[in-house]
Amino acid sequence: MKKPLDRPELSADISIADDILHIANISRRAFLKDLALTGFVLAAGFPSLIRADETALPSQKGKYGADAMPHGWVDNPLVFVAIADDGTVTIICHRSEMGQGVRTSLPMVVADELEADWQRVRVEQAPGDEPRYGNQDTDGSRSMRHFFMPMRRVGAAARTMLESAAAAQWQVPIQEVRAEQHQVLHPATGRTLGYGQLAKAAAKLPVPARETLRLKKPADFRYISKGQLGIYDGQDIVTGRAQYGIDTRLEDMLYAVVARPPVFGGKVLRYDAKDALEVPGVVKVVELPSSPPPADFNPLGGVAVIARNTWAAIQGRKALKIEWNNGPHGTYDSVAYKAELEAAARQPGKVVRNDGDVDTALKSAAKQVEAEYYAPHLAHATMEPPAAAARIVKGKCEIWACTQSPQASRERVAKWLKLSEDNVTVHVTLLGGGFGRKSIPDYVIEAALLSQAMNGKPVKLTWTREDDLHHSYFHTVSVERLEAGLDTQGKPVAWLHRTVAPTISSTFAPDSKHQMPAELGMGVINVPFAIANLRIENPEAEAHTRIGWFRSVSNIPHAFAIQSFVAELAAAAGRDPKDFLLDLIGPPRRIDPRTLGDTWNQGESPEVYPVDTGRLRRVIETVARETGWGRTLPKGAGLGLAAHYSFVTYIAVVVEVSVNEDGKLNIPRIDVAVDCGPQVNPERIRSQIEGACIMGISLATLGEISFKEGAVMQDNFHTYQLTRMDEAPREIRVHLMPTPEFDTPLGGVGEPGVPPIAPALCNAIFAATGQRIRQLPIRDQLRKD
Amino acid sequence: MITFNINGKPRQIDLPTDTPLLWVLRDHLGLIGTKFGCGMALCGACTVHLDGEPTRACVTPISAAVGKKIVTIEAIDQDATGQKVQEAWLTLGVPQCGYCQPGQIMAATALLKQKPKPTDADIDKAMSGNICRCGTYCRIRAAIKQVAGLTEVKP
Repeated sequence: MKKPLDRPELSADISIADDILHIANISRRAFLKDLALTGFVLAAGFPSLIRADETALPSQKGKYGADAMPHGWVDNPLVFVAIADDGTVTIICHRSEMGQGVRTSLPMVVADELEADWQRVRVEQAPGDEPRYGNQDTDGSRSMRHFFMPMRRVGAAARTMLESAAAAQWQVPIQEVRAEQHQVLHPATGRTLGYGQLAKAAAKLPVPARETLRLKKPADFRYISKGQLGIYDGQDIVTGRAQYGIDTRLEDMLYAVVARPPVFGGKVLRYDAKDALEVPGVVKVVELPSSPPPADFNPLGGVAVIARNTWAAIQGRKALKIEWNNGPHGTYDSVAYKAELEAAARQPGKVVRNDGDVDTALKSAAKQVEAEYYAPHLAHATMEPPAAAARIVKGKCEIWACTQSPQASRERVAKWLKLSEDNVTVHVTLLGGGFGRKSIPDYVIEAALLSQAMNGKPVKLTWTREDDLHHSYFHTVSVERLEAGLDTQGKPVAWLHRTVAPTISSTFAPDSKHQMPAELGMGVINVPFAIANLRIENPEAEAHTRIGWFRSVSNIPHAFAIQSFVAELAAAAGRDPKDFLLDLIGPPRRIDPRTLGDTWNQGESPEVYPVDTGRLRRVIETVARETGWGRTLPKGAGLGLAAHYSFVTYIAVVVEVSVNEDGKLNIPRIDVAVDCGPQVNPERIRSQIEGACIMGISLATLGEISFKEGAVMQDNFHTYQLTRMDEAPREIRVHLMPTPEFDTPLGGVGEPGVPPIAPALCNAIFAATGQRIRQLPIRDQLRKD
Repeated sequence: MITFNINGKPRQIDLPTDTPLLWVLRDHLGLIGTKFGCGMALCGACTVHLDGEPTRACVTPISAAVGKKIVTIEAIDQDATGQKVQEAWLTLGVPQCGYCQPGQIMAATALLKQKPKPTDADIDKAMSGNICRCGTYCRIRAAIKQVAGLTEVKP
């Protein structure tokens, strides 16, 4: 591996100027200017250089996968690749970077097929423009799953064009030449031409037809599957030069914070800005309108303070006197709501899957087991809180934002400002964490409205941590009730699961009280257990806050309940939890998810992505072997196992814990076996899984957002606690299932590591102490006083 | 007008003296590598060195920084230990989103300058004020140990 700090300085990055104001994304504009001047020939990101035939490769329409996503996919090399005369290859990344490594991994796929030398590749971030780039909504653990093949074709097509140009120049058949590491070779004569020399001629050639492309054999991959490349933005990150949304700096920029209604659905009754306006640096106070339901992606409204720096804006906000009308959710109380959910879970609810005759089987079972599990609201708490900057010049709005959904940002800003989408540009910065929060552009709209309120002047909106925790689109809150019957051999013969949780649908249709297929399909309806009598019910739950997507979404409560309950059943049956789980899953088989009532299947084809119990068994067997399942541990220590299938990836986890006499929890080690299909960038897969372990531990041990009188009770990291270094697992071992032939479909990576962590932890605590945790977070439940 | 020394250069600022150093760095001097995370010294994203001591810039009024040498992430490569920490961070692929990493690097550098061979307990103590939501703690520990020349079991 190259010495990390040696990466060549790629000119146009923002310098750490001491004296001059930084202009955000000057790099991008400077680059585009360069591109025009120096004759980049395979044009990227610069419409006037795009040739008329660029639309010759339209995206496909279809029912599943990337085909079914808004704006699908694009695999046109003219959209994604530019090659300069000096051979510099620029590759566009159209998905948002939030730590998953996408700005390394997707361009790396293009570079590999293109036979580009990674040291001569630069990555440019696409603005929000899905008709041009294909779907950009960076969530659902989809980027690699949906764009691996299109990006391979981008690279292969560009490579073919370069080879054709060389063959033409040498007047030899194209079969006699081959591209290799940034040049085209003619082995028969030993001649070579560099990519920079060929780019102009290559660009004049037609883009080859998709079906004629020659893709590499996996054995020939240079970067894909190797895990040898450091992250593209690594050097900028460690030197403090990386630009996140909150770092945007524009000439004459103002800084804003907003006081939002403390209760969802509330609004400003009246306010007094006199004291706020006297705070030095405060420029203006403006009221933002609140929106009627549904919540959708709309800003909450409130009172904004605009100032000469962020601190003055924050001080100004403190000085505001605001009277709120709390609206219909002013009595939302998490303690009372938990009781409501429990009551609902104890009554029959909407049946969403029904195999066999559960009631009869339960009654006649030798042993009945029941348990209820509670998992509270969570906030994403991205380390970079939501932030965005906007300016409006001559009817054109330009946005800089840390957003997972640049296209939705663009559409919503256009709608709110009554501009055409063509007049809204959304530049995507790095994201200091996303986890689903930044897939919702409410804060981007706020920034645009604030610029509008200042006659188009550049305004940067910053959310403080308090804003972030109070006004998130929260992870749902749930009660999961499970009942099972065991026969005389301890074999499960009946399974009843009632899942009760406010649905994300309620954010868009306030009357929605049932989980939607995409929530039920997250591990509850598609549970692949070999039990003849199985019923899933979904009683009603009303939402009183904005429910959104949190990394791995409903898989969290579902996996927590199911995988905990399986271990409880194993204990009731007097069996080893691993053997019991494997028996419950049954023999290897490929189940059509539709036969389980799962019509969603993560948006993927049920034929291409069946529920494969063989793969699920294999990760369990692998993690058990790697962790030394069954090994003797000292008193107070234990191993806990959980397995979960989500985002079409199979994961099994063993957590090792020790609990001391005072009840203090220690986690020396976690083993995770991952079958996500082919591993494009195994190094980043490992890092994602390591991170998922920490997030899983954090939500299991500490994470809780609770409401009282409609408002969130947690303000900052002292009350919304996250796992820190001293309480993190000391060691995480990730075991990736080998797929060298790339012959299985790709699975997701960013999210599926999270759900099995909490139940594996709780199962380990049970093994260590005999104490069963059924309510998250664990917090001080283990403490002995 | 307040004068203070940032990254070896004298700088003048005309702001209320209770303005936290964080916002002076970020909004007035353009040193955006020092991050805002909580505003209450709870997360460590804003860690800078004040006369070599790791300090949370979000709760440090500029009046408290006068007469002290302030070093931010932008200049930590001028310190031999700081540079080694940055290199270890890249070699081990520590960052994910990277947002907290300037603060982590500043905290780790201060630790290693004070204790070149830190124990696990030293690392816990020095680093537990810095939150990483992406969950890079194992690699942070490994990178600190690499700089210290201590062996660490690699995943």
